[in-house]
Amino acid sequence: MTTAQATPQAPSPAPATDLAVSARGLVKRYADTVAVDGIDLDVRRATCVGVLGPNGAGKTTTIEMLEGLKNPDAGEITVLGRTWNGDRRDIQERIGVQLQEAEFQDKLKVFEVLRLFRSFFQNGADIDQIMETIGLTEKRGAYVKDLSGGQRQRLSVGCALLNNPEILFLDEPTTGLDPQARRRLWEVVEDFKAKGGTILLTTHYMEEAERLADEIFILDRGKVIAQGSPESLKATLGAESVVQFTFGDGNALSEQDLSAFEGVQSVRREGASMVLTVVRTQEVIAQLFDAARTQNLLLDDLRTHRPTLEDVFVSMTGKTLRDE
Amino acid sequence: MNLPEIKELTRVRVLGLLREPEAVFWVFAFPIILAAVLGFAFRSAGVKPSTIGLIEPASQMLTQALESDEQIDLETYPSWDEGFKQLRKGAVDGLIMEGGEADDPPRLAYDEARAEATTARLRVQRALTLAKSPGTDAPIDLEPVTETGSRYIDFLFPGLIGMNLMGTGMWGVGFAIADIRRKKFLRRLLVTPMRKSSFLLSFINSRLVFLFLELILLTSFGVWVLGIPFRGGLIAYLLICLLGAMLFSGLGILVASRARTIEGVSGIMNLVMMPMWLASGVFFSYERFPDWLHPILQLLPLTAVNDALRAVMLDGESLATQIPELIVMGVWAILCFVVALKIFRWE
Ligand SMILES: Nc1ncnc2c1ncn2[C@@H]1O[C@H](COP(=O)(O)OP(=O)(O)OP(=O)(O)O)[C@@H](O)[C@H]1O
Ligand SMILES: [Mg+2]
Repeated sequence: MTTAQATPQAPSPAPATDLAVSARGLVKRYADTVAVDGIDLDVRRATCVGVLGPNGAGKTTTIEMLEGLKNPDAGEITVLGRTWNGDRRDIQERIGVQLQEAEFQDKLKVFEVLRLFRSFFQNGADIDQIMETIGLTEKRGAYVKDLSGGQRQRLSVGCALLNNPEILFLDEPTTGLDPQARRRLWEVVEDFKAKGGTILLTTHYMEEAERLADEIFILDRGKVIAQGSPESLKATLGAESVVQFTFGDGNALSEQDLSAFEGVQSVRREGASMVLTVVRTQEVIAQLFDAARTQNLLLDDLRTHRPTLEDVFVSMTGKTLRDE
Repeated sequence: MNLPEIKELTRVRVLGLLREPEAVFWVFAFPIILAAVLGFAFRSAGVKPSTIGLIEPASQMLTQALESDEQIDLETYPSWDEGFKQLRKGAVDGLIMEGGEADDPPRLAYDEARAEATTARLRVQRALTLAKSPGTDAPIDLEPVTETGSRYIDFLFPGLIGMNLMGTGMWGVGFAIADIRRKKFLRRLLVTPMRKSSFLLSFINSRLVFLFLELILLTSFGVWVLGIPFRGGLIAYLLICLLGAMLFSGLGILVASRARTIEGVSGIMNLVMMPMWLASGVFFSYERFPDWLHPILQLLPLTAVNDALRAVMLDGESLATQIPELIVMGVWAILCFVVALKIFRWE
């Protein structure tokens, strides 16, 4: 049974470009929301781009449009110099995709899942080799339903690696995993990157973005609100450090009082604690201690740290990256 | 065509099914059991005696005449009213009592609309005639037909095979697709270069893997246990079943191609299967419908399958004589598959 789309196409010569993925003016609307509202996004070859954003920011919608799974309502996408309308199969042969919520058939064994996915591609890796890469060799005969969350996620990434892709798309690959499982997955991704692979990943985790990404896009309500390398993003904050503490029993200072301090840039509450982004750390701490002595305040759990992407994010959106 | 991917998709389907014992039961064992039970139930559709209610008191002659007839079971009631209640319920096929005056003939009440009652009437009449003047039975040589091939069960069995091809094909495929939809697995496949036709074909293929197992079980049950004659060629029979199975799994894909839920699938499934259950000659010949309807009924997929199976099994016809039926089946198979491929809801 042949269909029009089944005719093999000679791979069209890819235009010379160092962009693996390029998107211009992407828009996706749903009945009651504009999920993606005019996003431009480029991924250079052999780099890792991280897309950060809170729940519902439009990360999945964006990445799925780039993967050719959703049609944008407006905008242009090229992947490896090709467009989804023209060279669909050709692109698919050369990218690897892990979806945020894809389940495999429960009663399939690890190697059966890999063998199935391998059969879709003309060229690719050996499944034993992939099992080695994702560290599931001992689990080759285990049912999918008996795998831990981390193992299942690695299998999912393994399926995305089967065709030796040029680009790897990962949608929240480590959400819900414990730190150890998360690190194991990072190793797989770093290994792929070390071999010259290009990665586009979405995440809620700053740590993940800082560790893996060369370039970060911060999304909120379907728009890119900041973009740059982790360092340059932190630099835009203009803060030297972040000072964090809680008031113990007794008196406390209000947010206004604190922002009146010399060298304080911004103040916010995070649960019980106060978080200050500051320009001159030492001065601010000195003022805090003065106030504590004169006004009889109890300072608990005082910490300072360098600004993180989380701080950048919060200062830009007033929201934390995760709901919890 | 990408053969490795068709092979792997099929293998995964088959494994998935084999590893769900419940699914195996409902999809495969259940239809076989159903066919077996129906087959058994209709196997000895031997003549049932008529039950006649007799109102007491009655003359000895009348009682004896009825009692001596082996095709009549006699029940007695003390009053007409009492007996009439049983007649109304259908517990007796006819109700008889002595006439009022000495010479009056007995009175027989029966429901003209019931075939059993008409039979009962004839039997009572014959019993009474014979009692009056023995040896006056009609001058006909009676030849009860016991030859295999012309009993009801012989007619029924190919219909059951057809029904089974339809039920198993459609439920098996329809549910499998609904189940895959539920799991969001489909989206994962869509970001690979997998051909959509391979995916849909794998459902038909996995159906065919089980088909032969099923056919061997069902057919040997029919032939060895029920004594159904098998007059035509085995190859012809298998080819018809094969085409039938492909056709019905194609129809199953089509039915499941838009529905989002299992409930949706079963609804449409019933809507599609019910008319064929009734009008495609499973339990009774579609000849019973008005003549003008026959050409239309013959275009139904199950009618074509049943007609071809009967012709081959019972009449020993060759495949060549079944070309029109085969064309109907083939056209349905291709049509369903192509339309399903067009309208299938992948997201
Ligand atoms: N199929 C859909 N129909 C309607 N609205 C949708 C659909 N998919 C996404 N949305 C909406 O679009 C917005 C963006 O969703 P999206 O899944 O892209 O967010 P996300 O950044 O991936 O969030 P998360 O971190 O929770 O995965 C949300 O408001 C969501 O409710
Ligand atoms: Mg998401």
